[in-house]
Amino acid sequence: MDIAAAREIGAGIAVIALAGVGIGLGNIFSTLVSSIARNPSARPHVFGLGMLGFALTEAVALYALLIAFLILFV
Amino acid sequence: MAAGSSIDALGQFELHPVLGALGESLRFSQSPLMMIVASVIVLAFLYVGMRPAAVVPGRLQAAAEICYDFIYNMAVDTIGSEGRAFFPFVFTLFFFILAGNYLGLLPFSFAFTSHIAVTLALALMVFCLSIIVSLKVQGAKFFAHFMPAGAPKALAPLLIPIEILSFLSRPVSLSIRLFANMVAGHVMFDMFAAFTIMLAGLGLFGDVIAVGPIVINVALMALELLVGALQAYVFAILTCIYLREAVAH
Repeated sequence: MDIAAAREIGAGIAVIALAGVGIGLGNIFSTLVSSIARNPSARPHVFGLGMLGFALTEAVALYALLIAFLILFV
Repeated sequence: MAAGSSIDALGQFELHPVLGALGESLRFSQSPLMMIVASVIVLAFLYVGMRPAAVVPGRLQAAAEICYDFIYNMAVDTIGSEGRAFFPFVFTLFFFILAGNYLGLLPFSFAFTSHIAVTLALALMVFCLSIIVSLKVQGAKFFAHFMPAGAPKALAPLLIPIEILSFLSRPVSLSIRLFANMVAGHVMFDMFAAFTIMLAGLGLFGDVIAVGPIVINVALMALELLVGALQAYVFAILTCIYLREAVAH
């Protein structure tokens, strides 16, 4: 197998990790929406934490994407 | 670049000297140029905004005051009353990163936060500050943090290295989060633009289909506007959280 094909396969395998991140993000926003729906006055309290949770989870997605880029391009 | 792919996605992050011969001799590349532009923009915004100093603010002064209040409330709410001391640092971090992220979205410009050297420097500043503040405020009790209070003593040889490792991973995660977000955004811009050009080369039908990646790029620009602000906010709020742990008695 030549190196270019191996790189592309490696990059493809590396992004499988994004599945877990998708589940995590769905969890965060589902609890955010249901907590605002139960108690709409709590919105300023939970919204900032929701955004923080979103960014921290997204960061894990980007770690995986970074490895994929490193495999593919470097 | 991989031998098989014909899209050069990472070449946009290479640095070249700018400003002609002066730049060549000083090794002054796009990155410090953009940092200077970002600093000048933030300073000019605050200076020009606060110059009227009216009790009832006009639009620009109101904007400057909103920015001040936003970061001030974030620092004091998160860190507590000692947060006032760290407010200028958090303000600088937030607006430097925000201006840097947004300047990178302009055409022909450069996002200096897309280099791990820059984000690692910022993250190490935050990390070293939190350690120094911890040692100053808590002294030797700082090391007691690595043994969580309620845990059974038998687990200590396992728990303490894990806690130390997770503490040491803070600058790593802080820097990589910002760096990878910016790199991923700009690489995606580059890829969809390359798709447009590759599709347009297919003749008349390709010209019609090539509008698709352009539309996706427009949506991506909206996403990058959100991500730029969000990543600056997350960097600042994590700085405040680490400093809260540092000043806690």
